[in-house]
Amino acid sequence: MTIEIRPLEQFKIEPLIPIHIGGLNVSYTNSALLMTVAVALITALLVLGTRKRALVPGRWQSVAEMSYEFVADMVDTNVGHGGREFFPFVFTLFMFILFANFLGMIPYSYTVTSQIIVTFALAAVVFIGVTIVGIVRHGFHFLRLFVPQGVPAALLLLLVPIELLSYCIRPFTLSIRLFANMLAGHTMLAIFGGFAASIGLLGILPLGITILLVALEVLVAALQAYVFAILTCLYLNDAINLH
Amino acid sequence: MDVSSAKMIGAGLACIALVGAGIGIGNVFSALINAVARNPASQGQVQPFAFLGFALAEATGLFGLAIAFLILFVF
Repeated sequence: MTIEIRPLEQFKIEPLIPIHIGGLNVSYTNSALLMTVAVALITALLVLGTRKRALVPGRWQSVAEMSYEFVADMVDTNVGHGGREFFPFVFTLFMFILFANFLGMIPYSYTVTSQIIVTFALAAVVFIGVTIVGIVRHGFHFLRLFVPQGVPAALLLLLVPIELLSYCIRPFTLSIRLFANMLAGHTMLAIFGGFAASIGLLGILPLGITILLVALEVLVAALQAYVFAILTCLYLNDAINLH
Repeated sequence: MDVSSAKMIGAGLACIALVGAGIGIGNVFSALINAVARNPASQGQVQPFAFLGFALAEATGLFGLAIAFLILFVF
């Protein structure tokens, strides 16, 4: 019995409810379903968890409060003064990416963030939002972000284009970091799982590696959500406080 | 040399980028271990930076892997 290992088939988008409006394909896909489930779970955790409003929190309220405090702490530490108003945005980003990543770890499920368009949409929102915030707050002074302090004029000619480039590359690195981590992780899981299934009794070794990989992928799922959120905070800090 | 063989070779070459990821991650956690060994009380402060550094170092390696996938499956 030969088992075909097709690692990239798990990323296929299947339309569950085909909807075609005009010439556009706006079907409700498995990706959209997982996103809906993630939002529903987050809402359930936060709304139902804090329903009792106990002074000494029970388990679910504790989890809801801990997630709130974690992101609030991150925003306060990294954005500092004037950052509080961006807390809902960073919290939404963090929780959505966290839940989407974790839902992808369920066997036979689909990882929403393993599509570049999803992560690029999130990163584009962050980039455009942060740029608009910076321009609205500082006007033309926003361009001072690209001119570091105390640099001789000759070096500035070289430095400003480099700073500009590294600023404009932010949406791409932000999106590709999350996308590549999820893609690589799930592809490796599929490949090692295929090994474990296809070589009979010797499959115990790839099975062990698959188990370790699952542990690593759970860590990476949480870590990538944290990194996305904290980089958003750092970019906000750059735009609001101009270094 | 036909295109699909060239794609395989290109993908293999692009994966050399993961060497950098390995070295970077090793550096980050070596620094973490050193810091905590010198001053165990600083662990709470230093650990978030260690995880952030790990994620960013891994990300650069995975950029190379993304290029490998791009070469293999998109071009």
